[in-house]
Amino acid sequence: MGRYVVRRLLQMVPVFIGSTFLIFFMVYALGDPVAALFGDKAPDPATAARIRQELYLDEPLWKQYAHYMGQILSGDFGTAFNGQPVTELMADAFPVTLRLTLVAILFEIVIGITLGVLSGLRRGRSADTTVLLLTLIVVSIPTFVSGYVLQYLFGVKWGIVSPSVSPEAPFDELLLPGIVLALTSLAYVTRLSRTSIAENSRADYVRTAVAKGLPRRRVVTRHLLRNSLIPVVTFIGTDIGALMGGAIVTERIFNIHGVGFQLYQGILRQNSPTVVGFVTILVIVFLLANLFVDLLYAVLDPRIRYA
Amino acid sequence: MRGATRARWAVCALSAALVAAAAGCGGSGSGAGVVRSSWGDPQNQLEPANTNEVQGGKVLAMIFRGLKRYDPRSGAAENMLAEQIETADQQNFTITLKDGWTFSNGEKVTSKSFVDAWNYAALVDNKQKNASFFEYVDGYDKVHPSSGSATARTLSGLVVKDDRTFTVKLSTKFSTWPDTLGYAAYAPLPRAFFDDHAAWLKKPVGNGPYTVDSYAKGSAMKLTKWEGYPGDDKARNSGVELRVYTDNNTAYTDLQAGNLDLVDDIPSAQLKNVKNDLGDRYINQPAGIIQTLVFPMYDANWTKSGMEKVRRGLSMAINREQITDQIYHKTRTPATDWTSPALGGQGGYKAGLCGDACTFDAAAAKQLIQDGGGLPGGRITLTSNVDTGSHRVWLDAVCNSINNALGNDNACVVNPVGTFADFRNQISEHRLSNPFRSGWQMDYPLIQNFLQPLYYTDASSNYGKFSDPEFDRLVDEANAERSQDAANTKFHDAERILARVMPAIPLWYQNGSAGYSERISDVTLNPFSVPVYEQIKVG
Repeated sequence: MGRYVVRRLLQMVPVFIGSTFLIFFMVYALGDPVAALFGDKAPDPATAARIRQELYLDEPLWKQYAHYMGQILSGDFGTAFNGQPVTELMADAFPVTLRLTLVAILFEIVIGITLGVLSGLRRGRSADTTVLLLTLIVVSIPTFVSGYVLQYLFGVKWGIVSPSVSPEAPFDELLLPGIVLALTSLAYVTRLSRTSIAENSRADYVRTAVAKGLPRRRVVTRHLLRNSLIPVVTFIGTDIGALMGGAIVTERIFNIHGVGFQLYQGILRQNSPTVVGFVTILVIVFLLANLFVDLLYAVLDPRIRYA
Repeated sequence: MRGATRARWAVCALSAALVAAAAGCGGSGSGAGVVRSSWGDPQNQLEPANTNEVQGGKVLAMIFRGLKRYDPRSGAAENMLAEQIETADQQNFTITLKDGWTFSNGEKVTSKSFVDAWNYAALVDNKQKNASFFEYVDGYDKVHPSSGSATARTLSGLVVKDDRTFTVKLSTKFSTWPDTLGYAAYAPLPRAFFDDHAAWLKKPVGNGPYTVDSYAKGSAMKLTKWEGYPGDDKARNSGVELRVYTDNNTAYTDLQAGNLDLVDDIPSAQLKNVKNDLGDRYINQPAGIIQTLVFPMYDANWTKSGMEKVRRGLSMAINREQITDQIYHKTRTPATDWTSPALGGQGGYKAGLCGDACTFDAAAAKQLIQDGGGLPGGRITLTSNVDTGSHRVWLDAVCNSINNALGNDNACVVNPVGTFADFRNQISEHRLSNPFRSGWQMDYPLIQNFLQPLYYTDASSNYGKFSDPEFDRLVDEANAERSQDAANTKFHDAERILARVMPAIPLWYQNGSAGYSERISDVTLNPFSVPVYEQIKVG
């Protein structure tokens, strides 16, 4: 187990280097960001040259990348154009997005798995059909539509919550954005767990458990659910990274100053330290989440063991 | 609601425990008399000479007062800290300051506060984005050479005479130069700016009606009324809270929900509802912004003889009236010259200088383009960034209009560029061989600011590389005139050359649009489309 974890962690190094280089290259390919700093006015050449020099933009790409990686390894993620260190931006943005992701994941787990189990056990009956229909509707509505509609209904029309989230972004304000962010994945979790439950409920080991006269509750939670959760856990695990990176739309709608907001600003202003820095962290989150999922397999199904 | 407060308090207590700064959590009762306004994250550090966009400019307008100030209604430059600015030859100016002005930290505003600030702004080492505003001052080429390092630390044209007097020598005659001094880049700076720059940037100190209370970059800035402010434009509210919004739709929603008092940028999707939603709390008035389509005059295809007819023809093929109505719901006004109505007559605006060339006439347009030899290569592309400002929509509309006029579906196509930065790159490297969008927001309300930087030979923002000796001569003469009226007349003559040659098609003047809650009153936008915060009354 320990060796497996170490091997997985070592595998992350090339993935990390490769992905940062790709992002760096893509942001770089968008062109020189200094021109945009001057708005509609032409950049004054002397000032622009100084800014480029300061940001290492006058060097060839590979040198910029080497310099950047050197910085990163010493914990310095560079500076955004407004003079703020990127690490400071991260310290502001990541906790907020983490909270939002947590809320979303909780909704996914609680509502998604519950609905999935319920409809999976009542396969073919009206409850099942209703859930399937509902999830179909949810999947087909884009996030920005559900976001704006729910924001308008809850925030403006009924005045139950504030339509925008304050800079501190406490949990109670993140409930509505969390649901919006979770909706699509929630529907997938429901469908995944439903199928998985429906399939496994006819499995031999379930029949054996029932035949042993175990109470239904124990059959479902200990035997059925545990085995059926593997695909669901895989999905939720990869979803952590996807939710964090994909919160751009939700964060914009609810004015949450998280990762999505910083990434959006960074891309709009072509600020490579911001974009590369944030994506780098997201890549790490993604890799760790995947590792975590793989380790969970072993817990869920003892047959899966890593030497 | 109680639950919400408690949770927020808990978060605040937690963050206060982690970092000493509990700002923003204390005094929940401070909301009375405070205007809550939408804001965008400023692009640069908030230094007067380094701020060239509206969001940062908004703050500077609250915490700084310069030698002159533009009247929020007329846009006319009026003396603020300056008692008088005298010149005998339009080149050497003597500036006398009013007595009794201080910065909010108690330091006196002296002529040194100005000279030091200006020297700092101009010095190339300080990388100030507005450094070029000082290019008219004598000695600029020494402190800000176009390449290499500076050979002087200070501008030789600036001389401090005493605490309240200093002189400025310009490198050329520039009669309306004093009227440019209301621009934020010319603000005075206190010693604290130079002594502890990093601390100053965290919490800027100025001499305006407001002081910065707290500044959380990227999320909010709280400003309080400065009780000791010596000027006569004291704040009529107790403070302003600027909240960063990532999306102006959300700001608008917050305004509707009563969480916000002022939105100074109505999202285009809401323009059709805004009158119903807000009634007379919706403001839509001209701002000093014009959109144009610039021709690449550095490209031989566009400068061969007869092409001026084609350029004029294209201008005539655009149905400005229809586009501003249908796409912008009258938040744009069809342009009839190359300046802006926000200038007013005194600033040099004169409607209709573009003449027929800016009037939609499909038949005449087609004829003109044919007479001129047709479009280069049979078709044109229009280029703009499409990440903001609903540019994509109007570009399509303009192309449609041109295609309809020419009876050819392929005469005009749109070349969308993903980001503003990329678009600016292509423009500044002169990579475009077809017309491209150019927006111009004035720095100071003078016709000079709309013509010289954009169309004078080799001027800083002359992206199309238009060059006309007659135009240059008229601008030079206008700058040497003693009175503004005489200068304006010359500038109008220069504009008539633009109408004839058409190096850039004026499209429309942009309005400032804002909406506000029932909680506040006396809301106005100045000619720069920035709310006049100090006049706003709460309750």
